[in-house]
Amino acid sequence: MSPNAYVVLSAILFSIGLLGFLIRRNVLIAFMSVELMLNSANLAMVAFSYANGTLLGQVGAFFVMVVAACEVVIGLAIIMIIFKTRRSASVDDQNQLKH
Amino acid sequence: MIPLITGQVVAFWIFAPLSIAGALGMVIARKPVHSAISLAGMMVALGCLYASLDAPFLFVAQIIVYTGAIMMLFLFTMMIVGVDTTDSLIETLRGQRVAAAIFVFAFAAFIIVVAGNGIVTGAGGLETANAGGNVEGIAKIIFGTYVFAFELTAALLMVAALAAIVLAHGESLRKRETQAERARRKTLEFAETGKDPGPLPGPGVYARHNSIEYPALLPDGSIAEKSVSPTLAIRGVAVVENDGLRAAHRAAITEFVEVQDENTGSDEAPKVAEELADPGSVERTAIETTDGDPDTPKEQ
Repeated sequence: MSPNAYVVLSAILFSIGLLGFLIRRNVLIAFMSVELMLNSANLAMVAFSYANGTLLGQVGAFFVMVVAACEVVIGLAIIMIIFKTRRSASVDDQNQLKH
Repeated sequence: MIPLITGQVVAFWIFAPLSIAGALGMVIARKPVHSAISLAGMMVALGCLYASLDAPFLFVAQIIVYTGAIMMLFLFTMMIVGVDTTDSLIETLRGQRVAAAIFVFAFAAFIIVVAGNGIVTGAGGLETANAGGNVEGIAKIIFGTYVFAFELTAALLMVAALAAIVLAHGESLRKRETQAERARRKTLEFAETGKDPGPLPGPGVYARHNSIEYPALLPDGSIAEKSVSPTLAIRGVAVVENDGLRAAHRAAITEFVEVQDENTGSDEAPKVAEELADPGSVERTAIETTDGDPDTPKEQ
């Protein structure tokens, strides 16, 4: 199987994630779409690693996973405090963060 | 030339459609929980694709970190934020959805054409790189070349954990009521409004059904409304068939009266049976909440 097919699959998944991020109003689903995009980038990196015959791409994917875990922790904590104060999980209601 | 069908090809054509289906399911599903489950399935499929690309370490890490940890965190948050929230269909910015869809389709066409036109040509394979073991090879790179970046991720994880603790911490708004204060308040309430100072009755668990949504019965066979949590009643869970609940009670009373008749020679049984018979035998009662807001847990 040519690694190209994996890169195309990764592009498709990234586009789906972008679509979800742009059209969904639920903040959790928007956040999950970001995760989807990160995952598709990981797939591209692993495919590149396979094509080049080195493990550097896999190490990159590993670091992306670590950063994604941190990002999820902070993001979900922010979603929870916003929900605590505003009682809403919709991105449309988060319009009063500025002063 | 006959194309060579390898295990990798089979794995790709099985898991690539699965992952696309999972991703689409996540975007399309109305309920957040369905989205999360679709995403978890998509992540497992992606892990299997990693395995087909000679990355066994990432395959395991993907399943443990993403499907195991991250999706569970999402589900926990979902349970707190509200599982049954569905998206509003009102657009805040007019035409935003259409514009977003057009943009994404254009972007997808662009990126797929670019990726599909063979920037990646060599199918090198990882046989030589994985010769000493995949995990060992990755470990050599992480703890050798990238050891400083690895140490930095440790700091990043620590900061993230601290930040989550600080952000999720909430000060309690009012002081916790002590036992003496609660006793004083309840006695005062009893004196002023006549509200029963005792604990609320327990639910009818084990009476006839093994479920807390079944209310307890009062001695006369009627339903003790306070025995069901107001939250359940508001959600409409606590709907019971009066007749079914009272059947045991009725049978007991009838038998009692028959025995009494035998002993004393009176003839009360038909009268009592008539009294006990329900006007509507399939009457159903939805328990209404009478007091308190549903958020406060029932004091036992």
